[in-house]
Amino acid sequence: MKAACKLLVLAFAVPLALVVSGAGTAKSAPRANDAASYTINIKDFMFTPRNLVIPVGSKVTWTNKDEEPHKVAEVNSSFTSQPLDTDEGFTYEFTTPGKYQYFCTVHPRMTGTIIVENK
Amino acid sequence: MSRKIIHDHNHDGIDRRGFLECMAWAGTGALCVLSGGVLKSYALSEMGQATKALTNADFSFVQISDSHIGFNKPANPDVSATLQAAIDKVNALSTPPSFILHTGDITQLSKPDEFDTAAQLLKGLKTDQILYVPGEHDVLDGTGKLYRERHAVNSVGDGWYSVDLKGAHFVGLVNVLNLKAGGLGFLGPEQLEWLEKDLKNVSSSTPIVVFAHIPLWSVYPEWGWGTDDSAQALSYMKRFGSVTVLNGHIHQTMRKVEGNVTFHTALSTAFPQAAPGTPGASPGPIAVPAGQLRTLLGITDVNFVRGQHGLAVTDSTLAEMGSPMMHPMESHQ
Repeated sequence: MKAACKLLVLAFAVPLALVVSGAGTAKSAPRANDAASYTINIKDFMFTPRNLVIPVGSKVTWTNKDEEPHKVAEVNSSFTSQPLDTDEGFTYEFTTPGKYQYFCTVHPRMTGTIIVENK
Repeated sequence: MSRKIIHDHNHDGIDRRGFLECMAWAGTGALCVLSGGVLKSYALSEMGQATKALTNADFSFVQISDSHIGFNKPANPDVSATLQAAIDKVNALSTPPSFILHTGDITQLSKPDEFDTAAQLLKGLKTDQILYVPGEHDVLDGTGKLYRERHAVNSVGDGWYSVDLKGAHFVGLVNVLNLKAGGLGFLGPEQLEWLEKDLKNVSSSTPIVVFAHIPLWSVYPEWGWGTDDSAQALSYMKRFGSVTVLNGHIHQTMRKVEGNVTFHTALSTAFPQAAPGTPGASPGPIAVPAGQLRTLLGITDVNFVRGQHGLAVTDSTLAEMGSPMMHPMESHQ
């Protein structure tokens, strides 16, 4: 059963980019077993999905769909985007496992979490 | 007519129903006179008294806010034109303002050409002096350097300062930098320490005007419309007879009186934003039919009445011709 799931995920994740949409929680967040590319939409002053679990080596792209500029930053400054105007994006590759909490430095009520797991 | 705060569900001194009443006159112009730290509002039948208070004013200044030069989305494709309309309105005031306050978000993206365009337009104001504080849109470089080298050369720290003008003490605060994840606007310990020292040298009878971009009171924290450590700042102002707090950021007028402090937020010159908590809304620009836009943008005219510690605050929209229309309203005393 586990192997079947893995195959199913692989089929979607490689080689195509896996685009994740819809608000998720850490518990139900989409996960993949191999590195892939993920997109987090910034819309209506929210990160969607807000919580994301990804395998190490994955790239995440935040794309701003608001008319308001946003700026994505990890709380310990391991990554900080340039200001993102409408339709602009920022991509970061997660090469180290761990829990990354990030927020919008312009609108700090906007927060999100990425958990990077070993393959 | 006066009202008491009777619906303080969040124990923050804010009457939500009162808010809605305030919103009913937002964008149409209203007149309040602050006397001895107490807000007095005038109905149309009382305009004689209000006019007397205004004509006795020693000086006036105008607050402009949230110009967002560089913004070009459907909510307002021409923010330069509406800033120009605001400037024209100021220049047409029957009593020329002694100076202007711009309470931030001068630009949309902190770009040098946006600052330059704004400065070029604001040069058209018939005034000797413009005092600025930054909005979060003006410090997208992360430090506020671009803003400070243009508009806060003689400031302290991240750009805060005070200045005595016409017998009143004006304090420009910065609450848009070093924001914390999950938090609101932030003044920070360094600025608070400076503020406490700054106010120690001011006599209790001096009117205090504090201006900052994000409201220094909890308008609607769910949308980030408040400042985490504003209570600390306000605690330094308890001994003063008259404290007026002027903010921008929320693109709509709101007013609250708490003891000796009157809080007021200004209209934007660029685009409106939704009333707090509007279902399905977020704190971003909202597009309205073109004919309505200028009814939702405007300026704030503030008049000082010496001896009464009085400030008369008048909001007027860009759609109104000539003198601001005075409207009946209820106060929250």
